Order: sequence, then C-alpha cells, then structure tokens
Amino acid sequence: MDMVLFPLLSTIIFLPLAVALVLILLPRKNPLLIKVFTLVWTILEFGLSLPLFFQFNEKTAGMQFMENLDWFPEYGIGYVLGADGISMLLVLLTTFLTVLCVLCSWNSITDKVKEYYASFLLLETAMLGALCALDLVLFYIFWELMLVPMYLLIGVWGGPRRIYAAIKFFLFTMVGSVLMLLAIMALYFHFGRDTGLYTFNLLDLYKANIPVMKQYWLFAAFAVSFAIKVPMFPFHTWLPDAHTEAPTAGSVILAGVLLKMGTYGFLRFAIPLFPQAALAATPLISILALVGIIYGAVMCIMQTDMKRLIAYSSVSHLGYVMLGIFAFNMQGLEGGIYQMLNHGISTGGLFLVVGMIYERRHTRMIADFGGLSKVMPRLAVFFMIITLSSIALPGTNGFVGEFLILLGAFRSNISYGVLAATGVILGAVYMLWMFQRVMFGQITKEENRGLKDITKRETVILCAIVFFIFFMGLYSQAFFRKIDATAAGYLQNMQTKIASSNPAGPVPWR
Amino acid sequence: MVVMKPELAFGWIMPEIVITLSAVFILLLSAFRRKNDIGRLAGGLSLIGAGLALFLTCRLWNSDIDIFNGLYTIDNFGIFFKALALVISLLVTLLSLRYVEREEMIKGEYYALMLFGILGMMIMVSSNHFVTIFIGLEVMSIAIYVLCGLLIGNPRSAEASLKYFLLGAFATAFLLYGIALIYGTTGILDVREIARYVTSGNFLITPAFMAGMALLIVGFGFKTASVPFHMWTPDVYEGAPTSITAYMATGVKAAAFGAFLRVFYTALYPFLTEWSGLLWIIAVLTMTLGNITALMQNDIKRMLAYSSIAHAGYILIAFAVGDRVFSASILFYLLVYSFMNIGAFAVVILLGRKEAPNTGIESYAGLATRHPMIALAMSVFLLSLAGVPPLAGFMGKFYVLSDAIKAGYYGLAVIGVLNSVVAAYYYLRVIMYMYFKEPEGEIGRLDLSPAYAVVIGISIWALFHMGIFPRSFLLIARESVNIFM
Repeated sequence: MDMVLFPLLSTIIFLPLAVALVLILLPRKNPLLIKVFTLVWTILEFGLSLPLFFQFNEKTAGMQFMENLDWFPEYGIGYVLGADGISMLLVLLTTFLTVLCVLCSWNSITDKVKEYYASFLLLETAMLGALCALDLVLFYIFWELMLVPMYLLIGVWGGPRRIYAAIKFFLFTMVGSVLMLLAIMALYFHFGRDTGLYTFNLLDLYKANIPVMKQYWLFAAFAVSFAIKVPMFPFHTWLPDAHTEAPTAGSVILAGVLLKMGTYGFLRFAIPLFPQAALAATPLISILALVGIIYGAVMCIMQTDMKRLIAYSSVSHLGYVMLGIFAFNMQGLEGGIYQMLNHGISTGGLFLVVGMIYERRHTRMIADFGGLSKVMPRLAVFFMIITLSSIALPGTNGFVGEFLILLGAFRSNISYGVLAATGVILGAVYMLWMFQRVMFGQITKEENRGLKDITKRETVILCAIVFFIFFMGLYSQAFFRKIDATAAGYLQNMQTKIASSNPAGPVPWR
Repeated sequence: MVVMKPELAFGWIMPEIVITLSAVFILLLSAFRRKNDIGRLAGGLSLIGAGLALFLTCRLWNSDIDIFNGLYTIDNFGIFFKALALVISLLVTLLSLRYVEREEMIKGEYYALMLFGILGMMIMVSSNHFVTIFIGLEVMSIAIYVLCGLLIGNPRSAEASLKYFLLGAFATAFLLYGIALIYGTTGILDVREIARYVTSGNFLITPAFMAGMALLIVGFGFKTASVPFHMWTPDVYEGAPTSITAYMATGVKAAAFGAFLRVFYTALYPFLTEWSGLLWIIAVLTMTLGNITALMQNDIKRMLAYSSIAHAGYILIAFAVGDRVFSASILFYLLVYSFMNIGAFAVVILLGRKEAPNTGIESYAGLATRHPMIALAMSVFLLSLAGVPPLAGFMGKFYVLSDAIKAGYYGLAVIGVLNSVVAAYYYLRVIMYMYFKEPEGEIGRLDLSPAYAVVIGISIWALFHMGIFPRSFLLIARESVNIFM
C-alpha cells in the first residue's frame, strides 16, 4: 500500500475529461480535427495506463498506486484511489477499447461529432473512476456518472427505437443504484456506531463486523444494483434493447466495460463487505447465473438480428463470470476475472464486425445475408477467429476463462458444472449457426454482391482484437501472474472473515 | 443573551433597513417618473440594494443577539436564510431585467414589491417570536399575491393572483389560529420560552395545544407547497410571470421552511414523536404525488411546479427525522435547490417571447441542434434536479437521505429514492426532447442578453462547486443550526 509520488491513477482518470473539455472548444466545422485529436489523446491515454501493468507488483494482494486525500473529513468522505490485479486489468481493457471505439466511429458518426466524442471521453472518465475508487461515495459518484453519457450515446446516435432503449437503460440502472446508495449509508452508520470511525473508505469498511441479518439486507441492495448492471437473469431485459439500439462503439463499450462494472461490483464491494450474506446467497446467485447461461443461449438461437443475438450471448457469457465468482475457489474466481477481460475483447470484437457489416448494408438481419465470405474474405477470417474465441475454442482467450470457470464450478457443485457445460455446447450452436448463415453458402441477395471488403482502418481495429485473442489464449500466464496474488488474497480474506465470525461453522470451500 | 437599547439595535437590522429604503425609493421614483424608462433604473437600484444588504448580512455572521425586547433575533440560522433570500433576489432581479420589459409589466412596482417580499422573508426567518414571524410571513405573502398578477391582460396571471390570495388567506388564518391556540395554552409567544415551559414539568399537553400544532403544520405546509396543501401550486406557478415563479419556488419555499424549522425544532421539539409521524406521511405524499403528477405534464412550468412540490417532499424527509444536528441537510438542500431551480427557470424565460411563451415541452425539441449551449445548461439543471452526481442536487439528496438512514427511517429513505427514479424519468424526458428529437417549428429569435448568461453561469458554477466541494457550504449550514443545541 505504498503511496506514489505521481498521481498516476488520477491522471489516467481525469485526462479524458480534460480532453473532452478542450474538445468542446474546437471548431465544429472541422470534424477531422476533432476525430484526430480524440484518437491521439485516447492512444496517449492507453499508453499512460500501460505503466500500471508493467509496474504492478504481482507479489502483493493489497491495493497499489494508492492515492488518499481528504475530501470531506467531517463526514469521512475521502478521495481514495487504488488498483489491484482485477481493477488494473479492467482499466487497461477500458483504455484499449476506447481507442478502438474512436476508430470504429470514424465514418459512421457524422452528426454532432463533437458531442459524440465528448460523451465518449466523459464515459471513459466515469468508468475508470468507478474502477479505481476505493471510497464508496466516490465510487457511487462515478457509477452514476456513467449513466449520463451512455444515455446520450444511445439516445442521440442510436437506432430507430433509441429513445425507448435509452430511457429503459437509465431507469433500470438507476433503480438499482439508488438502493445501493441507501445500503452504503446504512453501512457507514453501522460501522461508525460500531467502531466510532465514520468513514466511507472501503478498506476500513472491509473490517466491519455486521450482524448476519443486516448483511442480508445490505447485500441484497448491493447485489440488485450490480445484478442489473451485469445483467443477471431476470434483470437483463434492458440489455438487448440498449445493445441493439446503441451505435457500434456504444455497444462495444457497453459490452466491453459497462457490464463488467456489475461483476466487478460483486467482487470489490458486495462479496467482501458482506461475506456471510454472499455465501448464503451463493445457491440463489449460482442458479440465476445458470438460468442466465442457458436462457441467454436459447434466446440467441432464436434471434434474427445479429446485434440482438450478441446481446443475448452477453447474458449467457456474464452468467459464466458470475458462476465463477460465486464458486469461491481459486479456479472459478480467476476464470471469472479472466472471462471478464475475454468477454470485453471477443464480444467487443463481434459488435465491431457487425458494425462494419451494418455500415455497408444498413441492416443487421441475419436473413439479409449469406455468402458474405465470397465478397469479404478478409472480414470473414477475422469474424471467424472472433467467433471461435467467443465459443471458447482452445488456443483462444475464451477457452482459458471458460475452462477455469467450469473447473471451479465442478469443484464447488457438480450439478452446476454439468449445467454450465451444456451452455458451452449451446454457445457453439448459436454462434456457428449465425456465422454459417451470414458468411457461408451462396450469395442470395443481389445487394450483397457489391459489398467492399474491410478497409485499412478496419483491419487495424480487428488486428488489435485478434492479437489479444491469441495472446491471451496462448500466453495467459502474463495476465494470471497479475491476478494470482489478488485472487489468493481475496479468498484468504474471505475465509478468515467467515471463520472469525462463525468459529464453529464449516468452511465451505476446499 | 444581550439586551440593548432600541436605538442601538438598529445597527443589527441594517440589511432590512437597506431593503426597505430601496423598495420605498423605487416606489417613489416610479410615482414621479414616466413609466416607460424606469425599468433599468429600478432594476439597478434593487440590485444595488440587495447586494448591499447581502454584504451587511454576511458581516453579521456569528452573532447571536436578541433585540427589540426579544421580538427580533440575529443568529446564524436567520443570517443563513436571509443571505439565501438575498442571493435569490439578486439572481431573480437579474432575470427580470429583460423579462419585465419583454412582458411589458409595470416596472417600478415590480421591483419594489419584490424587495418587500424579500423583506418579509428576512423578517420571518429572524425571529423567535410568533408575532414577528407572522408579520414577516404576511409582508412576504401580500407582496407576492400582487406580483403573481402583474402580467396585465393575461387572464391566467390574474387567476393565479386571485387563487393564491384566496387560498393564502385561508392558510394564514390557519397559521394564526394555530399560534393563538398555542398562546392560549401556554401564554407564551416566544418559541424558545415555549420549549422551556413545556419541558419544565408544569405543562400538561392538551387537545387545544395539539390542534394548534396541527394548524401550524397546515399553515406552513401551504407556504412550502406540501401535499395536501399544494393545490394552488401548479396553477399559480403556471400563471404567474416566470421570474416570479422562480422567486416563489425558491425564495418563498426557503423562507417558509426556515420559519417552519425554527418553530418546530425549538418550541415544538419536545413533541417530536407527535409531529414526526404526521410529517412522515406528508413527506411521502408530497414526494409521491408531486413526482407522479409531474410525469404527466407537457408544460415545463407546470412540470417544474410539480417537481418543486416533490422537492419539498425530499426536504420533509430530513424534517420528519428530527435530528437537530443533521437538520443542516435541510439548509443545504434549500441552497442547492434554489440554484438549480432558478437556473431551470432562467432557461424557460430565455426561450420565451411575449407572443409565444414556448413553455410546452415540444418547444424544446431539437434545442441541442439550435442552441447547444442553452441545451447543455438546461441539462445540467435537470440532471441536478434529478440528483445525478457530481452535481449539487445529488449531494443535497445524499445528506437528506443519510439523515433518514442514520435515524433508522429506512422506509422513508426507500420511498425517497424510488421517487427520485420516477423524477428522473420526467427530467430526462426534457433532455430527450432537447437532444434526441428534431426541431419542430420555430421558436423564434432568442434574446440572449448577458444578464441571463450571468444567472445561468452562476447557477452552473454553484451546482458544480457545491456538488464536488460541498464541505464549506455544509459546515456553514451546520453552524447555522447550532441554535437548536
């Protein structure tokens, strides 16, 4: 927990905001300048976040790059930032995907260009802040702040039903988060009365000793908020609408990072703050995760719209992540964390591919395509690789994560493992079937004959995605090294907390 | 407590004297000059008067003194509300400069009455004596009854004025009757003395006293626009000149809450258990009814009227909880609320014209394309009203709700936050019109005078500042409520 002299995390968090403010001053008449300016700064931002990875101390489970400033000491609100193995990698994922999002919006966004990129940068600041905040009020502020730019991205630049989707997205997430706000306050006052220390600092609150009944309530409030974000069945209904109507970059960032906020919230807040309640809720959450896995997959098979299909596949994939996290063993947890990154890369990639096809044909209906691999061979290759990554073929990143999750699930409960494994098969069915209908066979529609293959810009985007698919699939050690200590420390903490509060009770993991 | 000779006491009421003199001077000026060229002069004079009074008020900070035989009190609580009322009057006067000309209102009287209204607010929040509180309330109310009707030739304005006057007269009667009953059972008019007397042990609570308390709630509930005493609000807010609507929604509400708080947190605090339950119900009704009705409004002024009812409900959460230290959150909320509401009304005024008020929600369609900066400003105000961080509206709600959680009023807090989700829908709806829809028809050329920009700029700055660095403001609010200790 050493303090750094240079506030790296603050710089990373607030740089996009600063860029957005400068962007507003740029002339509206010159969209190219706006695009280049944003691209350069998002690349710099990604570069700035790389030291997090390389200077990360993999030996410790504690928070690193800590910054701790007083903000409102009378109320115990502080400006506390820090990153561990989980948040550090998600920060990198965010900065990486933002660059791709800027690139993929290059030609597709022509209206209100300045506002578009400013919203995007604001969203980046909010996401990074939520990932690094270690003070509950600070976290909540960033958490809610994410809603506004995403609302605008869907609502202004989205598809035909964008208004409905945007409002649904906003209200769904807000219902959950306001309840979490109350739980945060209740936790604050409980801890304050208990110890005399009134603070919103997460690292202090981890030490809270909360009666089990109270834990249930507080956990429920946090869990509902995060479950809506994940989204877990039955809170998922906003997702297909939001994904389908959002512009491509919006879908990428929504799938890539925003959904991870839910699983990250479980990992960072809901579980460690209320371990007994989390343990008690494990069967419920695991079953909901399994329902999500299978329901999402079955829904995928029936979809006619590619984007909607990928949206439902997110429900299924995030079900795996939840299952892994709630297996409460090393394999499940690490697999869950890894799958969070994988899903960002592969589902982000799928949305990018669909976006490229949509830009050319202005339809996403599977029935409108067929035989595209003949006219777009290069796209077909990339699409295939990303599809295989999504269905977790060995060698790709998806395999590592899903395999570990299944291993963890089998170890915690065999029936969970068996059910989850059927989801893998269904996953192969819907993805490959979609791929086959879109890319293979004869060209049935005349309009598809003249489609141009991907441009250089698009190749760069997809190469970046494919690079990470293989890199994370073949050399996963580079990442697990960063996660190991964090995950081990995490399980260790939980074990001691459960054991200390319940000395006679069984320790439920092996 | 220091008792001093009356002639020395005038030093303590210099702000009130300045306001009175400015108002009288403007009134005289308008009697002796031709009507049409007085607007700027009167506006400037009232700005100077209010500014000077604000300066003098702030210099009195940290005094605690009774003057005029206990009829008037200078304490931090009163100073906070006086300063707030003066800031509101400065902002509203700035808004009025062009608006009054545009709508061709009677200029001299407009500013004079506004200053008299402020005077009433200042008096009612700085006294511990029921009679002075009542006088202040009446001075304020009468000025505002007239102000509501100043849109000459507009029947809705006349209706607003008459409605507010008739219902207001009833409410005042309730209040006065309540005071009379309390005086009848205790024989005391000073709220601190009442608190001392009722806790001394020689006091037996009687139905008459309880009735007095209930009637006080009715009277103050009317002025703060709480359900079920809110019936006048939408019509009056819609019919009144928009600048006066902003003034009523912020100034009147703040002053009424100030007096309400002072009476209930001193004189009637020993009966917390009796009135807290009642206010719990009123808070829930106020929030819920305000928000649900606001959902169905297609007129921005009317929507903001219902939203102001809902906000009174949020404030009542903290009120009903009855925590004396944490009642600072009420003061903070009123401060924040004033800025976001004045900002929103400033945009409403800005978009209107004499022939077309443009208050229908469809007038806002595509505003982001036509006037991106105005749309952005309006979004900031609406998001703050909806309680989205990091804007001040969020911090206001945060402290109010934390009161409720601290005292274990979980049900009230949950109802409060669910209400804020409902509220988010109608605030977002305006943003949706501004950003997601294409412009419909023409709203005409806007009068982009710098005065509007100043008001909007100050409000935005205040909302960000109080949202991100609320500390100093909340500490001031805490020092203000120290009088309850």
